[in-house]
Amino acid sequence: MSDEFETPSGHGAAVTSLPFDDPHLQEPVRHPRRTEAVIGIAFLIGLLAFALFGAVYVQNWPAWTYGLTLGIGMLSVGFGMAAWGKYLMPQGPFVEPRESHESSEQERQAALASIVDRGGVAIKRRKVLGGLLGGGLGIFGIVALFPLLRSLGPLPGKTLLRTNWRKGSLLVDVNGRPVHRDDLQVGGIMTVFPAGFENNTQDQAVDQTVLIRAQTGNLVTRPGRETWAPEGYVAYSKVCTHAGCPVGLYEQQLKLLVCPCHQSMFNVVGGAWPVFGPAPRPLPQLPLYFDENGYLHSQTGYDQAIGPSYYERE
Amino acid sequence: MSVGEDQGLPSPQGQGAPVAPGASARGAPARRPRTAREARAMRGPYGRLGQAVEELDERLGIARGLRVFLDKIFPDHWSFMLGEIALYSFIVLVATGIFLTLYYVPSVSKIIYHGPYAPLRGQSVTEAYASTVNLSFGVRAGLLMRQMHHWAADIFLGAIVIHMARIFFTGAFRRPRELNWTIGLTLLILSLANGFIGYSLPDDLVSGTGIRIMFSILLSIPFVGSYLAFFLFGGNYPGTAIIPRMFIVHVLILPVIIAGLIGAHLFLLVRQKHTQFPGRGRTARNVVGSPMYPHFIAKTTGFLFMVAGVTAVLGATAQINPIWQFGQYEPYKITYAVQPDWYMGWLDGALRIMPSWEFAGWGHTIPFVVFLPAVVFPGLIFTLCFAWPAIERWYTKDYSSHQLLDRPRDRPKRTAAGAAMLALMMTLLGASATDVLANFFNASLNTVLWTFRVLVFVDPIVVGLLTWRICLEMQGAPGVGRRKRAVVISRTPEGEYVSTPAAVRPGDERPELEPVPVPAYITFEPSRVNGEGRTEASGRRGGVGVRRVPR
Repeated sequence: MSDEFETPSGHGAAVTSLPFDDPHLQEPVRHPRRTEAVIGIAFLIGLLAFALFGAVYVQNWPAWTYGLTLGIGMLSVGFGMAAWGKYLMPQGPFVEPRESHESSEQERQAALASIVDRGGVAIKRRKVLGGLLGGGLGIFGIVALFPLLRSLGPLPGKTLLRTNWRKGSLLVDVNGRPVHRDDLQVGGIMTVFPAGFENNTQDQAVDQTVLIRAQTGNLVTRPGRETWAPEGYVAYSKVCTHAGCPVGLYEQQLKLLVCPCHQSMFNVVGGAWPVFGPAPRPLPQLPLYFDENGYLHSQTGYDQAIGPSYYERE
Repeated sequence: MSVGEDQGLPSPQGQGAPVAPGASARGAPARRPRTAREARAMRGPYGRLGQAVEELDERLGIARGLRVFLDKIFPDHWSFMLGEIALYSFIVLVATGIFLTLYYVPSVSKIIYHGPYAPLRGQSVTEAYASTVNLSFGVRAGLLMRQMHHWAADIFLGAIVIHMARIFFTGAFRRPRELNWTIGLTLLILSLANGFIGYSLPDDLVSGTGIRIMFSILLSIPFVGSYLAFFLFGGNYPGTAIIPRMFIVHVLILPVIIAGLIGAHLFLLVRQKHTQFPGRGRTARNVVGSPMYPHFIAKTTGFLFMVAGVTAVLGATAQINPIWQFGQYEPYKITYAVQPDWYMGWLDGALRIMPSWEFAGWGHTIPFVVFLPAVVFPGLIFTLCFAWPAIERWYTKDYSSHQLLDRPRDRPKRTAAGAAMLALMMTLLGASATDVLANFFNASLNTVLWTFRVLVFVDPIVVGLLTWRICLEMQGAPGVGRRKRAVVISRTPEGEYVSTPAAVRPGDERPELEPVPVPAYITFEPSRVNGEGRTEASGRRGGVGVRRVPR
């Protein structure tokens, strides 16, 4: 019997009627009265909860009471509405036809012909004009992107290579206090910056350097770095070479620097070579020396770009 | 059955209704009514509503479209509700988000904190962080709104993923619905992006680390990476531009695009109508279920309230993103167990388990260790998803339109592919917690890492094969899940045993429940199915408009 409804009947479907006692109009529950009662209770709880939310708001009771009254109110009212729609409305099932959206072949051809033929007659005739217009709009499209993209920021240039570490920079902590040779016990760790740049977020991001006292005697991390870590004070860039997180964890027993983000581990006494995890390169090391008062300075800046790799990095 | 009889298009004045002397059947009344009773009579049997519809229809022609809309059929299957969860959590997101924009300050200028949160007083914090803490503690219902917003975002993404899985496993993405599959996927990607940007706005220690990683991911792209990163951040990391820029993207640009695409998603849904599972009276050329009005309106509005209610209860009782515990972001600070929100976890997991490959030479560096898992891999995954309808068409050579849904077990290969993909994603999500798992199981980080490096290949294969096998097994039992009909075994005089299916169980056969078109009128003909003693009053309790139509 369903066939008669499948025939496409244009937009307004047939205006049909059902007798009130048709089984399709029955409620799907056996005891509508009980369902009614449950829904009524839900609506009542919702009403009370919303009123209580008003009281909570006026009285400014603890934060959780706001959400609990509002949430219970909405849950009860929502449950009641959904149950009403599901249990106390004609059970159906009802049907509507699914019409095909396809146009007739003739209509399709007509649409295409309008674009191609009608447009062709008017536009194709003037090829030079069309070409000029097309060229102009094309260039407009390209240059319109320039301010959108290029104005956003400066070109990288050599920025990624630079830090504020220079020859003789004084090592200070985040409060600007210089680091003395007695400040760290063996196993101690602190974050240092070049003096004068310890307060600025932008500088901190590139200059942050982790200073570790790995041992008491002079530490040679790699061949050619004989004087870089006097009295066991060794300094590495704190920016992980993997994804740029601060390498903030120090495992004293194994003398490993650990990045908490992706668990790269760097061997502190071996030039911060990566021994575990995704970091592809060692952390750049900062060569140090003590001045005559026992304060730490850097011999030079970093000899390479700090932080994660990028295409222009050599 | 006498259902579906066409009564033509009766005039709104209907048969039997008193027609006012001054009112014409259509158009403006001839004169002003003098008494209230006369005015009521002139409005016709449907009163003010009837008058309003008539006036609007006269000007805009809404009546026919309104009826088609009210009669629109929604299939009754629980799995069609998953998309609604996404839609309604988006509504919660917009509502709570508007509240948050009134208090949040998108700026990284440093100020000394003097707010209601005592432990922070006197510290130097950014305005973004301070305003987020203040709107949590200093604004009434502010903490609730913030936590609801965050919970709703997590639910939104979850609902999108589960909804997408439903569409995938039942084959609802097939012709003619490939376009809506594409729109839905775009919505997923934009929502992922907006979720990430959103939880990065408070400028707390955890989210700041996430932005730092995002900068590094941008840097890793060959040729254009550093340019892209510098343009987006307005210079080297961190700069001062990224928070205000993310703010405008988060509250204006992406929401507008998402809302527009949701509109297109729903428009296509209405235009193409719902798919449906095959079943009694359901064919490729009809839709069987409940009408928009009153059934679906009631159910779906109730459901909107329930989704909002769940986020409110979660927002009240389950703390989420307590930024005052994380502290202000400083580029040199870091905390243990840094994890993104769950929907970004698979990317973080991929970053963690990737071997440390990097190409360096000819004056250039390509960090495959970041570029492959964080750029190429998600690109491949989403491309595969976008291309899936085409891939399946090409593989099955099935180019026809489909309005009826597949049961997943009937398409074992597709189901296996989908399950394998979910297994891959779940494994990567697990891999984003390597440090927590190593701590919890007291295992070495190395063991956990290598376990995940193996699992990420093994899990999809095992889950895929297992799913495929289970599908085949379920196909072998065609009646599974259905009530079986009894079989009567009888013995013939010759001694031969014959099995005959018994009649359908009395409760199972309900021919009167063949689907019928939604009725526009309810009539009070003498009952054909008498014996229940139903009266006009009991008919009225059915919840539909009741109108007496004399024969």
